[in-house]
Amino acid sequence: MNAWMQRWLRESRFAGVVLVLALLGLWQVSALYWIETPTWPPVTRVLEAWWANTADGTLFKHLLATLWRQMLGYGLAAVLGIAFGLAMGYFRILYNLFEPLVEILRPIPGPAYLPVLVLFVGIGHEMKVVLILLASFFPILLNTYSGVRAIDRVQFDTARTLGLTTMQTFRDLVLPAASPQILTGMRISLAISLILAILGEMIVSNDGLGYFTLLAQRTFKIPDMYAGIFTLALFGYVLNRLFLLVEARLIRWHSESSGRV
Amino acid sequence: MASYLEVDHLGKRFSAHGRSAFEDISFSVARNGFVALIGPSGCGKSTLLHIMAGLSAPTAGAIRLKTGPVTGPRSDMMIVFQQYTKSIFPWKTVLENVMLGVKYQSQLPRPELEALCRAQLDLVGLGRYAHYHPYQLSGGMQQRVAIARALARRPDILLMDEPFSALDAMMRVELQDLLLKLWQELGLTILFVTHDLDEALYLAQRVILLSASPGKVADQVAVPLEYPRQQVETRSEPVYLELRERLYRAMVAQVVAGRAAAEAEVRA
Repeated sequence: MNAWMQRWLRESRFAGVVLVLALLGLWQVSALYWIETPTWPPVTRVLEAWWANTADGTLFKHLLATLWRQMLGYGLAAVLGIAFGLAMGYFRILYNLFEPLVEILRPIPGPAYLPVLVLFVGIGHEMKVVLILLASFFPILLNTYSGVRAIDRVQFDTARTLGLTTMQTFRDLVLPAASPQILTGMRISLAISLILAILGEMIVSNDGLGYFTLLAQRTFKIPDMYAGIFTLALFGYVLNRLFLLVEARLIRWHSESSGRV
Repeated sequence: MASYLEVDHLGKRFSAHGRSAFEDISFSVARNGFVALIGPSGCGKSTLLHIMAGLSAPTAGAIRLKTGPVTGPRSDMMIVFQQYTKSIFPWKTVLENVMLGVKYQSQLPRPELEALCRAQLDLVGLGRYAHYHPYQLSGGMQQRVAIARALARRPDILLMDEPFSALDAMMRVELQDLLLKLWQELGLTILFVTHDLDEALYLAQRVILLSASPGKVADQVAVPLEYPRQQVETRSEPVYLELRERLYRAMVAQVVAGRAAAEAEVRA
């Protein structure tokens, strides 16, 4: 490898984009000339299917369905996780009472709740929302109370000497001080909520990207199946990007003061 | 004359291991006085200041300020901590940090409150930095924010817990002189904890030396040096050097005694 090439690889992030394009090219070539099977359609066929499903609004309809149940479950998990996390982190008694329970429940993989939920909540919209909620709740809860517990004694002493009440201390100290960790929990749960939304839709549903993708496979519309997965990749990427943008705005002070920009 | 701020036979025993941080400490600070408290690490200086600030309770004795006992934090006696990186909240701007101590208590409308806080920032020479965040300031400037925040509450007394010990030598000189200026201009009463003998002698009218663990008052000296003091000249005056030697001897004696006690404990 010559010096110019080495420098380019080291300094340009464009290399990663080139790799993605090269892999897509490899897929195209391999599907056209090497592996001729309906299960491995060329990228161009997938893009055609994607465009067809986008133009007639099918993908958008399913995307909205997924987004709606994901955000409902995730939003509820965030509200509950932050509220309980703040309380558990701040009040020693609550921490001692609930921490062992959390430690037992936390390792249960989200999908394991599914059979139980089907018994109690049925197989409808609510089941999926509760499933997403349960799986997204624990990372947010855990990160929130760890964040609160990591707040330095001196900061609480400062709040007391300045005469802040408990509510004022929550507003001006506890919530902002724990916000970097709370956001870490929320970022982890964002990915989890999408996984669980898709899983729920694949198991029982009549809309959503998980449903669309699985149905395409079952009806041998293979390009549609890949188009569904493409859409999911894009959707997940955009969600994460948006989250990082919001996070950077909210805790600019944190990345600046800890020296990682 | 009844004393202004009085520490009366104060003791603190930690229930966890039964040891005392300090025992039977008594001294008083006159109104507008500047008293420095020095002692080896582990003699309970910080614990003492915490109790005086009303942040924790003593196990013996009492603190009295003006007419009554101190039972909790109060706005006329503010503590400034050593760890300015923590006591200044990094998510708030300089001005918001100073506002924090007054915005919930004061009846003043917001613009007037802001003006009051800006005035405190001007006093400590940070008027231009109101909208900066702490991470954009040097350590010395951050500690000045903490001082401005304390001043915004219009205290009569400042309790200072090794406020300059994390700063470099040049910052220290600057902040020592700033503190003396504030003390004289605002008519404050200051109790200043430090482990630095020179800092104590340079700043204070009286220096109290605490003994090694458990801390007791080992010595007290008046410092009859004129104000305003001069960083170089004051430190070379005969009185200064004489007091310095006396306190230094007493301090070394404390260290030696502490070492002997520790060895005896090991043998026992």
